Amino acid sequence: MDKVRLQREAAFIRSSLLDQGYLDEQFIQLEELQDNDNPNFVEEVVTLFYTDSARLIYNIDQALLSNPTDFTKLDDYMHQFKGSCSSIGAKKVKNECNGFGEYCEVQNYDGCFRTFQQIKQEYITLKKKLETYFQLLKEAAQIK
Amino acid sequence: MAAAADVFIQRLPEVSARELHVLAVDDSHVDRKVIERLLKISSCKVTVVDSGTRALQYLGLDGGEKNSSIDFDSMKVNLIMTDYSMPGMTGFELLKKIKESSIFREIPVVVMSSENILTRIDSCLEEGAEEFLLKPVKLSDVKRVTDFIMRGEGMKGGKRSQKRRRSVDCIPSLTTELSPLSPSTLASKKSKL
Repeated sequence: MDKVRLQREAAFIRSSLLDQGYLDEQFIQLEELQDNDNPNFVEEVVTLFYTDSARLIYNIDQALLSNPTDFTKLDDYMHQFKGSCSSIGAKKVKNECNGFGEYCEVQNYDGCFRTFQQIKQEYITLKKKLETYFQLLKEAAQIK
Repeated sequence: MAAAADVFIQRLPEVSARELHVLAVDDSHVDRKVIERLLKISSCKVTVVDSGTRALQYLGLDGGEKNSSIDFDSMKVNLIMTDYSMPGMTGFELLKKIKESSIFREIPVVVMSSENILTRIDSCLEEGAEEFLLKPVKLSDVKRVTDFIMRGEGMKGGKRSQKRRRSVDCIPSLTTELSPLSPSTLASKKSKL
């Protein structure tokens, strides 16, 4: 596949992510911090986001398995996860987190559990799309 | 106003002619990477730590007051930017500890938070924070803050200085020279709501 086509495909993924509300203005802000001296800045930040998220998602899953449920801990982990989402512009995932917070506040376990399954789904969807996006950019960059 | 600016500059830790040294404190990996980049783009030297405890260690405050004879140059920090919500020591607690220190209290502290809580903003400002930034922090926010510090002007007015300088050894010339906070600047801080 040629360079231009790869770049076009990547650009298409990027526009859809923005148009469909998976990503917001903050992602664009991160792109603006990238330059020739720091050409992989956005990807590096997103990679940190995956690592942080994996840890927090695991922690939340574990906390949801614990009996009795520690809603303070749940809320704390979710707050951290939401912060990370916000920092990279992961708008859709972040918005799903609001629902979780509300259930936490009223200590509604079922609500928390259900909402979290949705959050994980949205997160996985976003991660897959972003991985494809950066992979395409990488492949395009490797072609002279 | 020129006289006030001169007095203020003399009291601040010496700003290198070339660049500010900023100590950034945040428990989030993602946010540490972003703030570091924002500060580097704003031509600052950056030290990033992941907790309030480490920030105090870096400043040399962990074991009580630092000896003033210790080489201060290598660690000269001109600005501290800290996240509010951190496990262990919060940004607010870190802010208090810095303002309680006779050596470091003059270092401007900026607090960052993802939560837009008015009482939180007010208490940080009253405790002596220069500015309260909402996350995600933008490049324009960082540039504005660093520009102010570089010019040695301090931030938007005197309400904070009047409220926070309650201790007897406060510098009288500073509190009288800085103008009272105007309604418009107070509104601009709150306008982030």
